[in-house]
Amino acid sequence: MNPIEPPMGLIAELTHRCPLQCAYCSNPVALDSPRGELTTTDWMRVLDQAAGLGILQVHFSGGEPMARADLVQLVAHATRAGLYTNIITSGVLLSDAAMRDLLGAGIDHIQLSFQDAVMAEGDRFGGYRGGHARKLEAARRIREAGLPLTANFVIHRQNVGRVEAMIALGEELQAERIEIAHVQYYGWALLNRAALLPSREQLDAANAVVAAARARLAGRIAIDYVVPDYHAARPKACMGGWGNRFINISPTGKALPCHAAETLPDLVFPSVRDMSLKTIWTDSDAFQRFRGTGWMPAPCRTCDRREIDWGGCRCQALALAGDAAATDPACAKSPHHARMAEAVAATVDAPLDLIPRRMRRVADA
Amino acid sequence: MSDAARIPRFRRGVRLRYDQVREAWVLLAPEKLYMPDDIAVEILKLVDGNRTIAAIADDLASRFDAPRELIVRDATAALVDLSLRGALEL
Repeated sequence: MNPIEPPMGLIAELTHRCPLQCAYCSNPVALDSPRGELTTTDWMRVLDQAAGLGILQVHFSGGEPMARADLVQLVAHATRAGLYTNIITSGVLLSDAAMRDLLGAGIDHIQLSFQDAVMAEGDRFGGYRGGHARKLEAARRIREAGLPLTANFVIHRQNVGRVEAMIALGEELQAERIEIAHVQYYGWALLNRAALLPSREQLDAANAVVAAARARLAGRIAIDYVVPDYHAARPKACMGGWGNRFINISPTGKALPCHAAETLPDLVFPSVRDMSLKTIWTDSDAFQRFRGTGWMPAPCRTCDRREIDWGGCRCQALALAGDAAATDPACAKSPHHARMAEAVAATVDAPLDLIPRRMRRVADA
Repeated sequence: MSDAARIPRFRRGVRLRYDQVREAWVLLAPEKLYMPDDIAVEILKLVDGNRTIAAIADDLASRFDAPRELIVRDATAALVDLSLRGALEL
């Protein structure tokens, strides 16, 4: 077995609180309560350990990371530790004062999410009236602060027809990067899958729009495009491989190889309250379990792509094949690959109603 | 303008830094990270927003035992690649 390389990135999910209610949120359906969140001191310790372990970039995420009153303090601490700092935000809380404070703290980059190119639809998908307008303001503030901006657009069956308008908005906002990300079906998105999955025709049309825009904007704006697994023949290298590049810390301090990993049974995820990041990364069972290629079943074990896609996503294998250690059903070589097409077929007449992301689901109330 | 006359500069939010843990240079960018090889590191260290690709090649040719033409070609290819990935402006 090769020695374990240090991780590259830390995803710090500071809180699951969020003013938005996107029905495709990648957070788990069982959201962490604010009462159990890590303290400022806990996070500072984690950031120091991350830098010592060789982590290069920290991505402050959530929920809405700006809902944490100590975000500026944490960015400043991460900067002092030598980490490259990134905030992944909805932007609705990014006031002039917040922008000034973050800049003073040394923030390197902000990724701003949009739910659509059109105001009314953006507000509807985000479940936050006035949200889209606030995002446009946030983009302006980021631009005026001289920071690099990524405009992120999440696309699905109900807005995929507006990809061209989304890219045009990204250009208008003078983003350095535009991310066009098809919804990934975990957590809330899996719950709402039938109302969100695009058809093959919709996907093909979006692919063509993105390809044309990439050619047109080459060298000026980089477009990152994330495709949905359901129409794919090969899986994605989830998180660049399990325990290979990233550590994700949940709001309550659980260390996860990916943000959806808590859905996996039989795995005990260590807490940063009890264990150092180094021990978690190198020794914990949770990070060892699907690391590398030793755990792989056939057909992954002998596949020449085994160190390209690392067997795909464990959470998707569990959700669709019923076994976290199975080949990702997104792969055409998986015995369960037909389930992807079945899910797509089931969307044809499905209603478009969405269950909004909330701390407590309405159905449970 | 020929490619060699272009002036590469890092885009906003892109930083070349030495990582003590890996004992290697890394290029950090918005939600991207590159591990340049030894040759690319020497090229990137000379990117300052003033020097042209030709000037970078001259500097390298004075220190390394390789034909200048080859250095120009390699440096141009490496810098164009990074500009397409959004890390540099050319």
